Amino acid sequence: MLVRDDIVEYSLDTHHSEEEGKLVRKKIWKVTIILSVITLIEVLIGVKFPKGTDPGMQWTMIKYGYIILTAVKAGYIVLVFMHLGDERKNLRYMILVPYIMFILYLIFILVFEAGYVNNAWETLR
Amino acid sequence: MSGTSSHQIDAATAWGGKTSPFNVSYGKLMMWFFLVSDGLTFGGLLSALGFAKFANPAANGNWPMGEEVFTHFPFTHANLPLLYVAFMTFILIVSSVTMVLAVEAGHRMDKKGVIKWLAFTVVGGLIFLGSQVWEWSTFIAGPDGNLSTWHDNTTISHNCYGGVYEVVGEHEHKHTVISSYGPTLYSNFFFFITGFHGFHVFTGVLFNLLVLRNVVRGVYHRRGHYEMVEKVGLYWHFVDLVWVFVFTFFYLV
Repeated sequence: MLVRDDIVEYSLDTHHSEEEGKLVRKKIWKVTIILSVITLIEVLIGVKFPKGTDPGMQWTMIKYGYIILTAVKAGYIVLVFMHLGDERKNLRYMILVPYIMFILYLIFILVFEAGYVNNAWETLR
Repeated sequence: MSGTSSHQIDAATAWGGKTSPFNVSYGKLMMWFFLVSDGLTFGGLLSALGFAKFANPAANGNWPMGEEVFTHFPFTHANLPLLYVAFMTFILIVSSVTMVLAVEAGHRMDKKGVIKWLAFTVVGGLIFLGSQVWEWSTFIAGPDGNLSTWHDNTTISHNCYGGVYEVVGEHEHKHTVISSYGPTLYSNFFFFITGFHGFHVFTGVLFNLLVLRNVVRGVYHRRGHYEMVEKVGLYWHFVDLVWVFVFTFFYLV
């Protein structure tokens, strides 16, 4: 058998026994149910409260609700399915912190600028 | 990697500090780096969609509504908002689950389990791609595949173009034509972003098939671990992750 350094290092952490496997699978099915239920809730809200009927405050709250539900789903996928929650803390932060900081900045700058650009076009009309 | 696996690399050569600082192998670390950059690409595209929506006064009140973007379902002309897209989302979530089960089987060195779950993942990916083909063709040519002879213009009038469709002619000469287009900016974003995501699904299916072939041939069993399944698994979960956001920002919000 060929032996490589990273293989030895890797196999120290990630092989597990049948009993441990059972626990891991239990967690996987639990997260599957959570993700399916959240998707079902999103679809039901989308059907029950179409945007066309109420563009006011209710819609704004539903919109933020969607974004929160999406973030919850994303968290479960990244931390459980991609096993980032099981990795070392320094790896977790190295991946998540720069990404989240950059994306929040990008969204902030684009949404605020979009408002000003919209005003400018309306004024030009 | 076959070029370096023929001889052993000692830890001091592989990692300057004698051991991996993140306790992961080189391959997994690089996959994470790639996913961060790919995630920024999708984040940039979806943010640009938000910019276009909020900056464009022509889009005020004219921008297609999330739940009305796609209301069709195969074999019926009923108006079913969100149902088909929810089906696509569910397929992708399930294929993500089968992938994580394949990774789990790999940790137990269960070759048969890996083959079974990875094969399910490939099938799920193919169903998703086929669904997207049907969705796109319905957008472009109408649910009967022939827009010019399609009479029921009420369900398609809120498609992604936000356009208005009219029936012209009489009796057997009746046909539907596009009388005005909606914000094409929206459909540009729609087809670019869902197309770019579909391309990721396509390459993901290819990677999964290649790794499945190696699993069947026993390459990873001989190597002593199934880390390659885990690496393509990361990519596959990322594809699912992106779809979660695409689903929200195109079909819900």
